Amino acid sequence: MGVRDSIKRVDAYEKVTGAAKYTADLMPAGALVAKVVRSTIANGKVVQFDLSEALAVPGVVKIFTCFDVPDIEFATAGHPYVLDKAKGDVYDRRLLNERVRVYGDDIAAVVAVDEVAAARAARLVKVEYEEYAPILSVEAALAPDAMPLHPGVRDTNLLGQSSYRIGEGTYEEAKHSEPGLVEVTGEYGTQTVQHCHMETPQSYAYMENDRIVVVTSTQIPHIVRRVVGQALGIPWARVRVIKPYIGGGFGNKQDVLYEPLNAFLTQQLGGRLVKLELTREETMACTRVRHAIHAKVKALARPDGTLIARKLEAYSDQGGYASHGHSICANCVTMFKQLYHDQRVTEGDGYTAYTNHATAGAMRAYGIPQSDFITECLMEDLADKLGMDPLELRLKNCMPQGYVDPSTGIHAYSNGIRECVAKGRALFGWDEKRARYAHETGDIRRGVGFAMFDYKTGVYPISLEVSNCRMFMNEDGSVSLQMGATEIGQGADTVFTQMAAETVGLTEGNVHIVSTQDTDVSPFDLGAYGSRQTYVCGMAVKRTGEILKGKVLDYASYKLKKPAEELDTEADWVVRRAGREKLLPIADLALEAQYSRDRAERLFAEASIDCHENTISTGCTFAEVEVDIPMGRVTVLRILNVHDSGILINPKLAEGQVHGGISMGLGYALSEELLYDEKGRPRNDNLLDYKLPTAMDQPDLEAAFVELCDPSGPFGNKALGEPPTISPAPAIRNAVLQATGVHFNTLPLSPQKLVEGFVQAGLIKEVGPNV
Amino acid sequence: MYDIEKFYQARSVADAVRALRADERAIVIAGGSDVLIEIRDGKLAGCSLVSIHGLAELEGVERTAEGEIVIRAGTSFSRIANDPILLRTVPMLAYAADQVGGPQIRNIGTIGGNVCNGVTSADSASSLWALNATLELTGGEGTRLVPIREFYTGPGKTVRRHDEILTAIRIARADYEGFGGCYLKYGKRNAMEIATLGCAAMVRLTPDQKAIAELRLAYGVAAPTPMRCTATEEAVRGAAITPELLDRIAQGALNEVKPRSSWRASREFRLQLVSEMSRRAVRQAIVNAGGEADV
Repeated sequence: MGVRDSIKRVDAYEKVTGAAKYTADLMPAGALVAKVVRSTIANGKVVQFDLSEALAVPGVVKIFTCFDVPDIEFATAGHPYVLDKAKGDVYDRRLLNERVRVYGDDIAAVVAVDEVAAARAARLVKVEYEEYAPILSVEAALAPDAMPLHPGVRDTNLLGQSSYRIGEGTYEEAKHSEPGLVEVTGEYGTQTVQHCHMETPQSYAYMENDRIVVVTSTQIPHIVRRVVGQALGIPWARVRVIKPYIGGGFGNKQDVLYEPLNAFLTQQLGGRLVKLELTREETMACTRVRHAIHAKVKALARPDGTLIARKLEAYSDQGGYASHGHSICANCVTMFKQLYHDQRVTEGDGYTAYTNHATAGAMRAYGIPQSDFITECLMEDLADKLGMDPLELRLKNCMPQGYVDPSTGIHAYSNGIRECVAKGRALFGWDEKRARYAHETGDIRRGVGFAMFDYKTGVYPISLEVSNCRMFMNEDGSVSLQMGATEIGQGADTVFTQMAAETVGLTEGNVHIVSTQDTDVSPFDLGAYGSRQTYVCGMAVKRTGEILKGKVLDYASYKLKKPAEELDTEADWVVRRAGREKLLPIADLALEAQYSRDRAERLFAEASIDCHENTISTGCTFAEVEVDIPMGRVTVLRILNVHDSGILINPKLAEGQVHGGISMGLGYALSEELLYDEKGRPRNDNLLDYKLPTAMDQPDLEAAFVELCDPSGPFGNKALGEPPTISPAPAIRNAVLQATGVHFNTLPLSPQKLVEGFVQAGLIKEVGPNV
Repeated sequence: MYDIEKFYQARSVADAVRALRADERAIVIAGGSDVLIEIRDGKLAGCSLVSIHGLAELEGVERTAEGEIVIRAGTSFSRIANDPILLRTVPMLAYAADQVGGPQIRNIGTIGGNVCNGVTSADSASSLWALNATLELTGGEGTRLVPIREFYTGPGKTVRRHDEILTAIRIARADYEGFGGCYLKYGKRNAMEIATLGCAAMVRLTPDQKAIAELRLAYGVAAPTPMRCTATEEAVRGAAITPELLDRIAQGALNEVKPRSSWRASREFRLQLVSEMSRRAVRQAIVNAGGEADV
């Protein structure tokens, strides 16, 4: 009971039996169907449309084009609103865009009576474009003569830039600061990947009493409401957003995707019910992706492995629209300095550029998987050069106890990175395996690799951190719990239930969480992102529960005629604080409080948290691989993540979170990559050609924890949602390095890349026909 | 919601042929694992379908008195993968059928559809080439038998006429008896995958089991259509099993295949796979034929 207990998920039965209702399950019959008409160029301008054939399709209701939408630019990132607009997100897109910046850009929308009519008409819309050469790399985008894609918001394609230099002097000066320093330089790159959440983005919208209602699959209902209001130029409270259960998001639904367009369509059609559901292909090509980041890095160390200086230059591919923009690259550059300490100086520079690729946005761990690949390849290559054990090099330099980030002021109130390494080292048998695989030969070789990471908890102080919670006690002594924070598959409803039960003194069966958020009813919250909810929203649950418990005890004091200080609650009972003797069932108290003719009182509580705290989670991955050199195939034999995420609210759910994260990391490491042709058209925007790993491609996924109590967390807890996906990719890359001696410096380690690398390294003799 | 203009469920093969003759736009649908995707993509939107799904006369596997294997074209992959006759006589083909997609696709997809689709990546195609399969086509002008090597005319193109249904795939006794076989599929993942390269090897050994009496080496995705390395097969007839034999076969295959570069895989990468997979498949086929590969 309460926190630290692996209770069954509160939504397990509903989800497993199929009873849980998702957006499509709730859709009323008779909805009109909207289909977005997408550009067939990546860079250019719509000159005009010929809609005559499309409008002639039976069942077409109306077609809206980029020439019909309001003259309003809006921002889509799921960030809190920023009162000083100049410091907030970039307002760079319209409901439908005349200026095309990605292949598949939204240029028109067909509304029809069914999907077939909508699809037929969408195919028949004829478009005349003014076409420009697509800009398909950061380098091309930042070339002096490059065409600026958003002259309205930026004079060049440089969307954002951030820099730091911490310590004394510069990296270059550090080179000569003492004799005998060893230098390693490298270029490392990560690819574009997509979230591939099971449920594609979908919504339906209608009007009621002159207000627009949007039911949608989102992580951020309150932010969606605000952005719909902004995009349509109407007061925000004229919009009501409802979020039912959702089939995953991983950050893609931390963006306002098609809700504004859906709202616009119902508004234009007199409030008629319109649904807008994306296909898998549209989701992969036209929503958001993870930023591909390319980096140039350098490190200087003493022969004993002491880091003297490091320098990072990171270049991030934003794609066509700003979305979360430079925040991701800034995060990437920040982690580089946090994870290891340089004795003299650490330099970081990050650049984010608009290109004509798909728009990049938030994705699980927000720039840190990229950063960790770069940081941990560099450390591994340094260890390789110094001939040091990779663990020893890292332990010598990693984040010290009591670390405070000099730029953000974020404290690591707890830091279990060394405990994680020690625990994993023993569980995995690192030393023994590392020695066993030190001299592999032949076609099939094995190796082990390692990577560590750190990750902050929530977004303070970079952004606002607020959360609200509401509870009321029912006549049977149970509590209804309302959160603005969202269940997106991660188990938030379950841990909030445990926190409420713990704080109020109830069993979990007597906490009824309202899973659906409805902005007309639910307390305000920012939503599921940044691994914030158990921390920030947990604070709101705790404070609300304490208020409610105070009211219960006050009523109990009145009824039992004992001072409240002598009373407590526990497992649905009012008990004596000393001795824990059961005095009164809370159910009896609740009934009486509701209906007493002497003192009737609604037992309710609501609290608002403005969180000004943050703390740092850490962890690491150990990986063992077998490489089939002639076939270019890496098989992960074993993979173990060890996490320092504070106290676990629900250990079983925590383990599940780690399994999911490792799985995502395996795809990132070995197979996933969105590819584009020379016109910027996606080549593999489907789940056959995009190689998301299947159950057949994964070993057993192992999770372990070191549970240090974080004093800043409401229950000693800190971030765990995103971290598990951070370190698997570099650990696997480093294991391949031990197995084969070949440094693969870009992700993914796909078969063809491996074969090319092995040919280059002389491990495979090049073959071909005899001439 | 699929954009299907017209749908006719045939009651028999003869009825399907009649329906196809009556509608020159009509296309055949069996399991639908290829056709439905093209409808959804818009390529076949508004199509007219003649369904042969569920026709009992198109399902099942039998072995005739003469030992010929007859696989009815509508038999699903999962049935082929588990069929006792095939597991006993041509286990390589049963294994190849088990490599298609995932369990759901194997339950609905048919071997006839896989062949008629005409693509070089079809998992069953290289095994059927190695087995010298004969395809039985039934149309308005009766039934004809086409050797598989004459069936493919180009990528996605076959000699099947508009009004013809592939009714059976036949494998003669002499084409499987005494052979050991091995099919290897190279995919970038272990399920839900289209082959980067498929390689089927069959070996019959000399009575002393020291030499190759006959080799058959077939590939998918090594050329625009599935293919056999016939020159290599001839060159090693009677050759002793030595370490150099696998080198000769691999080089022979490299000389015969014509893989192309695409975004899915470069020509060079496919050549490496052609070479390595010929070694691994032939080695295993020798073992399955009762020989020793490590001499």
